[in-house]
Amino acid sequence: MDASANPVTDGPTLIELPAGSASAVARAAAERDPSRPGNLLEVRNLSTHFFTPDGVVRAVDEVSFELGYGETLGLVGESGSGKSVTALSITRLVATPPGRIVSGEVFFDDVDVLKLSDEGVRQLRGKEIGFIFQDPLTSLNPTLTIGYQIGEAIREHLKLSRRGARDRVIELLDKVGIPRARDRLTDYPHQFSGGMRQRVMIAIALSCDPKLLLADEPTTALDVTIQAQILELIQKLSEEFHTAVLLITHDLGIAAGMCQRVNVMYAGRIVETATVNELFENPRMPYTWGLLDSLPRLDDIRGGKLRTIEGMPPLLIDPPDACRFNPRCVFARDVCREGEPALTQRGSELHMARCWATQPDGWIK
Amino acid sequence: MTATRQAGAPAMRPHQRDHLVEVDDLKVHFPIRAGIFQRTIGTVKAVDGITFDIRKGETLGLVGESGCGKSTTGRAVIRLREPTSGAVRFDGTELGNLKPGPLRRMRRRMQIIFQDPYGSLDPRMTVEAIISEPIDTHRLARGAARKQRVAELLRMVGLDPKYVTRYPHEFSGGQRQRIGVARALAVEPEFIVCDEPISALDVSIQAQVLNLLMDLKGRLGLTYLFIAHDLSVVKHISDRVAVMYLGKIVELGRPDVMYGGPGHPYTRALLSAVPVPDPQAERRRKRVILKGDIPSPVNPPPGCRFHTRCWLYERLDKPEECRTIDPPLRAIHGDLEAACHFAEEALKTDVGVAHIDERPVRRGTPVEALALAAPPKGVPAAKEAAAPAAETTGGTSA
Repeated sequence: MDASANPVTDGPTLIELPAGSASAVARAAAERDPSRPGNLLEVRNLSTHFFTPDGVVRAVDEVSFELGYGETLGLVGESGSGKSVTALSITRLVATPPGRIVSGEVFFDDVDVLKLSDEGVRQLRGKEIGFIFQDPLTSLNPTLTIGYQIGEAIREHLKLSRRGARDRVIELLDKVGIPRARDRLTDYPHQFSGGMRQRVMIAIALSCDPKLLLADEPTTALDVTIQAQILELIQKLSEEFHTAVLLITHDLGIAAGMCQRVNVMYAGRIVETATVNELFENPRMPYTWGLLDSLPRLDDIRGGKLRTIEGMPPLLIDPPDACRFNPRCVFARDVCREGEPALTQRGSELHMARCWATQPDGWIK
Repeated sequence: MTATRQAGAPAMRPHQRDHLVEVDDLKVHFPIRAGIFQRTIGTVKAVDGITFDIRKGETLGLVGESGCGKSTTGRAVIRLREPTSGAVRFDGTELGNLKPGPLRRMRRRMQIIFQDPYGSLDPRMTVEAIISEPIDTHRLARGAARKQRVAELLRMVGLDPKYVTRYPHEFSGGQRQRIGVARALAVEPEFIVCDEPISALDVSIQAQVLNLLMDLKGRLGLTYLFIAHDLSVVKHISDRVAVMYLGKIVELGRPDVMYGGPGHPYTRALLSAVPVPDPQAERRRKRVILKGDIPSPVNPPPGCRFHTRCWLYERLDKPEECRTIDPPLRAIHGDLEAACHFAEEALKTDVGVAHIDERPVRRGTPVEALALAAPPKGVPAAKEAAAPAAETTGGTSA
């Protein structure tokens, strides 16, 4: 409620970030919009663990990244890589127990989210940060009209009158492309198709003009023609409202089309981060190579066998001090089994990878 | 042509010896019942008159969005679903005329692999029991021979035979799908319907299962009907592709021809919607965003079923025949057939193919690094697989 009661961090802490990357992301943000330079979101050494009877699962392990104002950043990985838990941790939505954010800092607009009061975080969610999840049917309440559900955040955060809220809801439904918006306020979620429900979710997410949109596999449950509609909508609206997007996806094609930068996650770690062009043209991590190789592609002549990544992702209970990808990596040497490489720079400032083999003194040039 | 045929008495085309499966004007309708007397108040026309063949040793890809009838088609072809009308012939024998005994014997020759590796395996059966079941049903082996056969099948799909006493929950999604494949192979079928076999799996695991299916096909001389919603996957695995929309096949042909220049505006819209893992191509592409959702198969639009969402219909200023005449599949160029009155107009555009260019596809692993790669290890079945894999890396096709 009272934002001034929250601990606000001062600017200079930015300088402590490794390898000059902070300035690079922030500079890019300044180029996009000089009126709003800098980082909207900074995640530092975030670790979220799950305490299960079988042991401690390190779902997110010392993850650091930044997101500039108005930027679209992809978080790409397979199931269990920690991408969703990262997003949930940013808004402190991790189910506790069994999960717990064990360490790290999350600065949103220079406020450390992890130190906020519960009420402070509530003010952030829905207002400053909007959400779109994979399955719109389970994220909407089947017993409430969509007009009520879209209006909920508006009444809560914007303190509009009933009438004002209603007008805003109609405006939002129009924006997300739902025809005859006025007539559909009293409809229930089951009266909408999957694509239309996802539009309703987007309307809710954008209802309070958030600075950040967390989109967790927003189109995975949708058909490809509907997916194209929804992605276009997210892209258009995020540009219009200057909303930054953290796009979580397993689909490298979606990341290629939507994002300015991409983080690749594997086994709870960021293993590569780069601008979208760099990542697809010059990836520097064997896991990224494997992901790209294992995709059948439209733009390729029909080609015999796909190169695959053998084996499965590791269990995240007590991972050894080694590269987490080494058991599946065809380039692994002894050093990969003896210690975990750090996320270090490759070529450009924004390109980092976690790999012994592609380091300057490594064995893959 | 199709329209003039009497329901239940399809005019059958003569059987061709190299065609394993021949489908004539197949329709599968589901009644919608309501009220206390369960009166029929409508019909869902899931599959509404489709005709196609699958040649021996071929993979026919069947692609379309949810609700287009592709899975129902797959089931009707192996008679897991009774067709409302139309004929399905397997190796020249009309399945609809078969008595239960001969039908069961015929079923041994055709199998299905399901999408959901979690729902399609009985959680209370061990792997051995799951794979033995079809062997017992068709009395193919007993005792030690059966045990040996189960072990052989597991090795064939890349699983260690020592796991026979385990239960499905002890396996990952990809491994379960391998068990499903082993179960299908247990009766030595000639034909397998693969119903979205990799859709529920992670990217890296998808490729493993896809490679396995292609491997097995080559080794065992199988014929596949491969059903999927992912156009890239279908292109990769299929010899010919059929695109379905609202219960009809709208386009049919070889993937290289079809994907290079589709004759149907729906195929073009689909292709334009598929994201490609190449930022440059993504920026260059011309996306046709189809308006609205797929219409209900209870009341499909009159004329061409796609005209309500068709971009070409709009561009041509709404020609009347699109609203009134259901276009039949017809030859467009080469082997390519499309069901569109204005396919020639579609061919003149670059919709859906604008992002295809001459640049070599940028794959993951750099060519320089390939020489350093260790051979794949671990999976027993990988021995045969290793050799061809090494040849086809780096994006060049075999």
